[in-house]
Amino acid sequence: MLDINNIYKTFNPGTVNEKHALNGVNLHLDEGDFVTVIGSNGAGKSTALNAIAGVWPVDSGTIVIDGQDVTNLPEHKRAKYLGRVFQDPMTGTAATMQIQENLALAKRRGASRTLRRGITKKEQEEYRELLKTLDLGLEDRMTAKVGLLSGGQRQALTLLMATLQKPKLLLLDEHTAALDPKTAEKVLNTTDAIINEHHLTAFMVTHNMKDAIAHGNRLIMMNEGHIIFDVAGEEKKNLTMKDLLDKFAEISGSSIQSDKVLLA
Amino acid sequence: MSGFISALPGAASQGLIWGIMAIGVYITFKILDLADLTVDGSFCTGGATFVVLFGMGVPVPVALLAAFGVGLLAGLATGLLHTFCGIPAILSGILTQLGLWSINLAIMGMKANVAINVIDQDNLNKLWVSLRFVQDVAGGRRPFTRHPIFIVGLFTVGVILLLYWFFGTELGCSLRATGANSHMARAQGINTSVTTVLGLMLSNGLVALSGALLAQFQSFADSSMGKGAIVIGLAAVIIGEALFSRIFRNFALKLLAVSLGAVIYYVVIQAVISLSNINANYLKLISALIVAVFLAVPYWKTKYFTKAKKEVRADA
Repeated sequence: MLDINNIYKTFNPGTVNEKHALNGVNLHLDEGDFVTVIGSNGAGKSTALNAIAGVWPVDSGTIVIDGQDVTNLPEHKRAKYLGRVFQDPMTGTAATMQIQENLALAKRRGASRTLRRGITKKEQEEYRELLKTLDLGLEDRMTAKVGLLSGGQRQALTLLMATLQKPKLLLLDEHTAALDPKTAEKVLNTTDAIINEHHLTAFMVTHNMKDAIAHGNRLIMMNEGHIIFDVAGEEKKNLTMKDLLDKFAEISGSSIQSDKVLLA
Repeated sequence: MSGFISALPGAASQGLIWGIMAIGVYITFKILDLADLTVDGSFCTGGATFVVLFGMGVPVPVALLAAFGVGLLAGLATGLLHTFCGIPAILSGILTQLGLWSINLAIMGMKANVAINVIDQDNLNKLWVSLRFVQDVAGGRRPFTRHPIFIVGLFTVGVILLLYWFFGTELGCSLRATGANSHMARAQGINTSVTTVLGLMLSNGLVALSGALLAQFQSFADSSMGKGAIVIGLAAVIIGEALFSRIFRNFALKLLAVSLGAVIYYVVIQAVISLSNINANYLKLISALIVAVFLAVPYWKTKYFTKAKKEVRADA
């Protein structure tokens, strides 16, 4: 479903701020794979995700989604294949537009925007039923502006939007990092439910090792722009926090300290 | 005082005409969240195009449509400078505006102004709006339906209904999404460059149409007729919002509020001219100050108001 072949990305080349963010990343995801991605700050997790999303072009290498080479496609054209949820709850939705209008925008992802109605009566009913599944009472507030919702509600809504048109790949960029622990857990459970229901292929970047172990069927660890650890299946199921911390210590030495703090 | 009363219908008509321009400004400033300074140039482009075409015997509706068309082109220029050339929106607008100065003069045959011959009654009767009709209607020489307030009012309602329809379509929604959150818009597959250009075109089309109506109303176009137009547009948007935002929630009503904002602005300006001895040349300074204060108030509110609240909480 996803093939990343030897991609490189350097930010601010030739300056004092030069940063080799991706140093030859290779990754293959099968259909239905749910991979969690961990690594310390600056390891290249979010950069890899943004490379897939096409936020900027990569320096070299290719990205293939479902047999389609998207390496040279701009962000809005790749959107056809991708569902995205961002770290900042503000990023995934349009605050000044209604809940149902946001859903209607997502419903048309990948389609050309014409002079037909932006939202139809029939859609409204469909969205009402969908919002009920979130169990947040949003189905009664369909015409409310999204800006009035809490961070957790917005992330749940963004999840729904990202999967309204079944994406080839769901990209989750630390989408629970800005939420309080209880809300984060709820949003993660919703994430699991949606991924299972639609048999989605997903790429979830997280800072939380516990979440990375508990969710998905595969786990990769990144460091200095490389994938340094990749486990799947039974091995992933039996993975413990200690295994991951040892792995971290083995390859990255000092960076372990900062991640221990994050786990506390 | 009687001078003010008698000038009122003319001022209101002119306010309504500027209101159409202000609706154009609303599209960029409020919906796209861009400050577009093309307006000062494209307003005159519309006026000049209309007067020159009308002088060549082109029928009024065709000349108005042509004015709208050149406005679209002006917006396209700014849009491409901004999206394709990566120049900041504000600078793109300034560049187009500067370039339009020459283009406007060229349209008018390298003259600073061109007039419509309204001494010729046949010519005058062809016009849809004219300051002269204000007196004619008052004097009973023309029916009420020829009053500029009535005609421009119809135009305004038409523009608002069309925009209301457009911003409810898929394309219109994608334009709103671009202004609300361009990140999200791209993630939903919206080409934000295209929607931005489209918004700028639509906006300047309306601005040029408004310029054409004003040139028709005052029976001449002048190379400096658009000077400060963006400020008048912003004033109308802000006044409309300040006075009507609590009662006008619907999008169409919000646009109506902008139009009313322009009318109020012109009536107030007319009052200042009629009721005081102020030199009319100070009007631009007054407009600039009024708009500056209105734009500053929300900022002051968040900066000083919220701080005071926090301190109270800390004390408690």
